[in-house]
Amino acid sequence: MTEAAKKETPKGLDQGIEVGASSLTGEKIEGVIKSVLDNETGARLKTYVDTCIHCGLCSEACHYYLSHDNDPRYSPVGKVKQTMWEMLRKKGKVSPEFIKKAAVISHTECNLCKRCAMYCPFGIDIAYIMSVVRRIIHRLGVTPLYIQDTAHSHAVTMNQMWVKGDEWPDTLQWQEEEAQDEIPCLRIPLDKEGADIMYSVIAPEPKFQAQLIYQAAVIMDVAGVNWTMPSGIGWDNSDMAMFTGDNELMGRIKRTHYETASRLKVKRIVMGECGHAFRSVYDMGNRWLGWREPPIPIVHAIDFYYELIKSGKIKIAKKYDQPVTLHDPCNVVRGGGLHEKARYVIRAICEELIEMHPNREHNYCCAAGGGVINCGPPYKMTRVHGNKIKAEQLFAAKAKGAKTLVTPCHNCHSGLEDIVHHYEVGLGLKFISDILYEVMEKP
Amino acid sequence: MHELYGLLTGPLAWAAFFVFIGGSLYRLATMLILVHKKEKFIFTYMSWKYSFRSIFHWIIPFATTNWKKHPVLTIVTFAFHICLFLTPLFLLAHIVLWDEAWHISWWSLPDSLADMMTLVVVGACVFYLIRRISLPEVQYVTSASDYVILLIVAAPFVTGFIAYHQWLNYPLFLNLHILSGEIMLVAIPFTRLSHMIFSPFTRAYMGSEFGAVRHAKDW
Ligand code: SF4
Ligand code: SF4
Repeated sequence: MTEAAKKETPKGLDQGIEVGASSLTGEKIEGVIKSVLDNETGARLKTYVDTCIHCGLCSEACHYYLSHDNDPRYSPVGKVKQTMWEMLRKKGKVSPEFIKKAAVISHTECNLCKRCAMYCPFGIDIAYIMSVVRRIIHRLGVTPLYIQDTAHSHAVTMNQMWVKGDEWPDTLQWQEEEAQDEIPCLRIPLDKEGADIMYSVIAPEPKFQAQLIYQAAVIMDVAGVNWTMPSGIGWDNSDMAMFTGDNELMGRIKRTHYETASRLKVKRIVMGECGHAFRSVYDMGNRWLGWREPPIPIVHAIDFYYELIKSGKIKIAKKYDQPVTLHDPCNVVRGGGLHEKARYVIRAICEELIEMHPNREHNYCCAAGGGVINCGPPYKMTRVHGNKIKAEQLFAAKAKGAKTLVTPCHNCHSGLEDIVHHYEVGLGLKFISDILYEVMEKP
Repeated sequence: MHELYGLLTGPLAWAAFFVFIGGSLYRLATMLILVHKKEKFIFTYMSWKYSFRSIFHWIIPFATTNWKKHPVLTIVTFAFHICLFLTPLFLLAHIVLWDEAWHISWWSLPDSLADMMTLVVVGACVFYLIRRISLPEVQYVTSASDYVILLIVAAPFVTGFIAYHQWLNYPLFLNLHILSGEIMLVAIPFTRLSHMIFSPFTRAYMGSEFGAVRHAKDW
């Protein structure tokens, strides 16, 4: 770290951005912007920018805009104006100050949730434009510190949380032993070649939420699934490189994941309740590696529970009796169409589902997704204040009787937790598996 | 004035149509070539079914969430675009010109209706102008070119209306009408009016991604 960086920085300043920007020159900025625009973008960016008629109709799609009392700087097109339009207009000749601002906007004021693509009459994909900005920021080395750290962790350990090689099988063994208190013959089969399913999770599970692995193991065991988990790298399906614009690293991470599944000769990958990981495995990583669709079928937890319940492999002993409301995670609903299956599952395991509005594809993002929460504490309030509208939406669901807020996504969970806490919404938060585990018939 | 009329309806008209059609084809071709060169994957994700599913939803008034959210804008926008296309194509005075020059003619709008439709276009332009100035989220992303575009579109209709009613100086306004119409044609491929060319493609692509990959609606 440079001397300047060691000095006290005013609150809210991001070391990754500050230190990164301190070594930028006009020449370097111009070179990188040109290189990204010329070599890495094509008809999409050009057509989107040329076609946008500056009508502002995308504004109301964005929770940041709505939460800031319709401040136009937070509208989707407003964010493009402050970043990409400027870069194009000045042909890359922008200042380090500008780059710092662009880093903050693209990384912390847009969740890449693509809700705005459903509101623009032309289907202009502003999330894509923001990812191009992030790519430029990445290549300039100005990515916010916390998310860059997770990307480093991916690069070194092939998981997001610096989980060490032995920590991982240790955690699995620990959870296996815990679960054996409940079901004595339960196993978490490691590296079982030819199993039907490889189960993968995101690194925060072994790090902070090991009980989720426990619950998954119980569900698998009771349903009699032929499953396995890898003991070495490739077990983590998360991907922050996808959000920092480090596409090369994203490719490495996803290749490791798919290759692990293919080495184990499994038929499918089933993944835990995570949204961004689903996006990375189902939609983004495969494309980077040249696959139209994932090389191995990807099944999100919602889909998997749906299958288990529908086929009767899991039976419900007694439904969860508190009224629940469901937050549709962008990446699996707007990104994977799992909304009706999620409702099937919820109705099967809960007495009552109270819909929040808007819902399904139109649900508001949690404001944690797209890597925003991974930009860490400096931006916590950006997320929380930027999603006042979510609190209002939750209060309305609560007024109709909802007691528990269910969301099948890790990012949504953490983001909503902060919102529920800050605005004192007073809803309990759960994953689907928390409830499923509680209400299913067990031996 | 008469010579100018000859110039405007002769060589300049040819040039305008040439630039309009040639320019549009050029823009279209360069876009497709660029996709082919750099983002070929787009072709593999395009789906006829989901392209049209999306386009149909967006070209029907009130068929999408966002159209429903803005009822006045929706009515104005649809009325504007319909009149913008139909009035020049089916105006009797225009068809007469085609007939004189090429001996081709087709059904025409009653003049009084065409008159009303012209007013709809002009009124919509005023609406857009007011919207641009008064709504902060639109004002914020407005640049000078947005006003110019509005002017380019409004001009042929305003001057045409004045000329038709033979107000003020008829020959002058007739010439201005022809000139502004030609400017508009030329501007379509090279300004943001090119959304006329590109919007079906951007919509179709987003529709395909949402339909075939994301299994979700995009309206
Ligand atoms: S946060 Fe979502 S709605 Fe807002 S600009 Fe980003 S992608 Fe669009
Ligand atoms: S709705 Fe579409 S065309 Fe209108 S300003 Fe937003 S991105 Fe541009």
